[in-house]
Amino acid sequence: MKRFNKVMTALVFLFLYIPMIVLLVASFNSGTDVAAFKSFTFSQYGELFRDDSLLRLLRNSILIAVLSSFLATVLGTMAAVGIHHMRARLRRLVLTATDIPMTNPDIVTGVSLALLFAFVGRLLHTNSILGFWTLLIAHVTFDLPYVILSVMPKLGQMDPDLEEAALDLGCTPMQALRKVVLPEIMPGVVSGALMAFTMSLDDFVISYFVTGSGFVTLPVEIYNYTKKPIQPKIYALFSLMFAAILLIMVVMNLLQLRDSGARRGRPQHDGRGAETN
Amino acid sequence: MRNRLLSAPYLVWVVLFTVVPLGVVFYFAFTDSITGRFTLANMAGMATYLPIIMRSIWLSLISAMICLVIGYPVAYCIAQASPTRQKFYLMLVMLPMCMSFLLRTLAWVSLLEDTGIINNFLRALGLTPLPLIRTNGAVVLGMVYNYIPYMILPLSTVIMKIDPRLIEAAQDLGCNNAMVFRRVVLPLSVPGIVSGVTMVFVPAVSTFYISQKLGSTGTTLIGDVIESQFKAAYNPNLGAAMSLVLMVLIFLCVGAMNRFSGTDGEEVMAP
Amino acid sequence: MSKELIRLSDLTMTFEDGETILNGINLYINDQEFLTLLGPSGCGKTTTLRIIGGFLTPTSGDVFFDGKRINDVPPYQRRINTVFQRYALFPHLDVYDNIAFGLRLSKLPEKEVDDRVTEMLETISLRGFENRHVTSLSGGQQQRVAIARALVNRPEVLLLDEPLGALDMRLRKDMQVELKRIQQAMGITFVYVTHDQEEALTMSDTVVVMDKGRIQQIGTPQDIYNEPKNAFVADFIGESNILDGIMRDDLLVEFFGRKFECVDKGFGKNEPVDVVIRPEDVDIVPPDQGHLCGTVTSITFKGVHFDIIVDFKGFKWLIQTTDYQPVGAKIGIRLNPEDIHVMRKSGYSGQFGDYSSYSAEYDEIAEGGEDEE
Repeated sequence: MKRFNKVMTALVFLFLYIPMIVLLVASFNSGTDVAAFKSFTFSQYGELFRDDSLLRLLRNSILIAVLSSFLATVLGTMAAVGIHHMRARLRRLVLTATDIPMTNPDIVTGVSLALLFAFVGRLLHTNSILGFWTLLIAHVTFDLPYVILSVMPKLGQMDPDLEEAALDLGCTPMQALRKVVLPEIMPGVVSGALMAFTMSLDDFVISYFVTGSGFVTLPVEIYNYTKKPIQPKIYALFSLMFAAILLIMVVMNLLQLRDSGARRGRPQHDGRGAETN
Repeated sequence: MRNRLLSAPYLVWVVLFTVVPLGVVFYFAFTDSITGRFTLANMAGMATYLPIIMRSIWLSLISAMICLVIGYPVAYCIAQASPTRQKFYLMLVMLPMCMSFLLRTLAWVSLLEDTGIINNFLRALGLTPLPLIRTNGAVVLGMVYNYIPYMILPLSTVIMKIDPRLIEAAQDLGCNNAMVFRRVVLPLSVPGIVSGVTMVFVPAVSTFYISQKLGSTGTTLIGDVIESQFKAAYNPNLGAAMSLVLMVLIFLCVGAMNRFSGTDGEEVMAP
Repeated sequence: MSKELIRLSDLTMTFEDGETILNGINLYINDQEFLTLLGPSGCGKTTTLRIIGGFLTPTSGDVFFDGKRINDVPPYQRRINTVFQRYALFPHLDVYDNIAFGLRLSKLPEKEVDDRVTEMLETISLRGFENRHVTSLSGGQQQRVAIARALVNRPEVLLLDEPLGALDMRLRKDMQVELKRIQQAMGITFVYVTHDQEEALTMSDTVVVMDKGRIQQIGTPQDIYNEPKNAFVADFIGESNILDGIMRDDLLVEFFGRKFECVDKGFGKNEPVDVVIRPEDVDIVPPDQGHLCGTVTSITFKGVHFDIIVDFKGFKWLIQTTDYQPVGAKIGIRLNPEDIHVMRKSGYSGQFGDYSSYSAEYDEIAEGGEDEE
């Protein structure tokens, strides 16, 4: 039985990664047909960096991801602190609302926001409401739950007396938040921010519905590309993104490991560290 | 406490951009596209899409089941691994989720095409090429491929949380491995199963890209309809109506699955 | 020297779920006093403490500090500091920064901060631990850091919420002595909360016994012990035998059909009263020489003394003595007038003081009975 599980696991992982390997290999292919490998080359990467329009799209994606994850982190962390202090009934209500963008399929979120913007557009008698700002709003909207659901457990784990101790020692509520609560929940804030960034960077469906032709992100443009034969430098881009996401995930993992370790050994400032009890 | 006010900006945001848009969907679904007056015509028009709706449900269910069958052993394996290995495996499972799902699906196109990698391989072996792409099977494959991490993650989390002492108690009372699995692990993992099936079913039933790339005109799904109403034929009212159908469908299915998990768990807890 | 520093006037506290925790608390606390709020779980002692600290606003009633009403003054503006039950040390700061936390908030010059923190570390015997992470300290060490962090701010009042609860017995006893010493050396008013009556008697100048949101008695440890006001206090502090009696006259009380001389007066003629007799105050004599006679039903060796349960006409007494008495022996007891303490009847009468359950516990487990008391 155990052998069966292990074999199955190996097969599934293989299944998961075969297409990724196909793409990685394709990025080094000098030919344009993925199925036929002509010769090994780095030229696609070179093409990638020379393609200004592609780089502009990449810049757009990164810009949106950074801005939206930043906004979502600030808003979401504040929200998590507020929700943490709410009475049980109100808290449950708000958390249910927070869950909505996560339980709804992307297409519903995208469509509902697009309709909202269309409605507002009608009211303002404008046809071209979709653009950078609507995209940003949409991204922040679906990033927020990731931040909130990442910070809330950290707030729950925190010793509830810590805030009171800070007040007792002379902190105003704002100071207590800054000096005591925030350092405690920082791992949750950071991992929430990273998750939001990753989700934004890769989002296709929601962006597809709320973006105008003025400001386009990479995934949406890839979709448009895929209606024609795909250019090989996209595969190079994919490989680079793969490396970047891998790096982010490793960093996140290391952060989690460090956080769960109870002893965070800090270096001694001087030689006075006596070990006697 | 002034702390509660901190969540005020967020609450405003949620209402404006999560709750209100859902209301807008309702509005458009029940409004005539030209006159703007209340009408049930859009919703009535949904009846013509019934075959598409059924197909979406059917293919998504199959995908969810396949994900369950092949994902369960993986989740079990991960749950049994040492903590550092676990984190590593989980990272491996999550990594594809963060990568462009467009490109990964396209990779399957290259694999499944008549002139694709698999068929090239078959030809090289002297076998006849198979019509792999543009079939229901290809769509299911695409769904399983894209959403199996959503099955593995919740399942492994739930299995990990099973108190090992329960397993020891069962062994102590005379269960061999197969019985431990059937009578202890499986029932206790039901919340994970429900969670995983839901998390596969929901995106699967609403996808449009997978069916476009790996399917044919015979595999149109709900998502395709919505997408075409919004982008090709600009009829947001019909699109909204379809979205409403989708939302109701998901709500019903999730509700049914939750109830299913509720009673199932209770039955099994009794000795 | 005894200037009134804190006054609680008619405090009531009702929580959102409708539960009334405090039912009219009236109390004043003097400067430099070590006052303990003592009572069982749920009696309201911690709630009272938190109201003094400013973390709770009373539903009604007033809190006065140095003559001024401070109901609306937030905790960070009160000249009061708290030692929390689970220490609440800041995990992201080391020992030095934890202790310096309050000082830095008052924007003291860094040199003075350093002086005060170093002096404090000396007081709590943790010199050399400045850079240690608080999570790496033992319970007792964390406790001392928590105390230091509060005291270094030189508050006028220190609130302590069952600070020694998590320590083992020996450490607890050492810390009790230590805390008393620090309190007297620094001249700070301590308001201490505990459910351990021995702790309260050891450390306090004044003990406030509470139950069900009301103050049952206020007094010095000796007063509380020797002259409890009602059956609850008598039973909560030490062990007591509590009997029904009738006050025949001043200095004369009758129980078990026999008149005894006592030292209490001021009750009505023939008024029904509760009579308290401490187990250690009972002399055991041969049956013919005793005021009362009874049969020994059980004896338990407690180290310092024996606990003997004696049956007098169906009422079981607890007697503590160093003389061994075999089970079934008939014995007599003698009581001195000073050892008989008379109290008014109260709502608590009849609930405590009968030791019939003491030895019957194991019988009840065998018969499948439930717990009482």
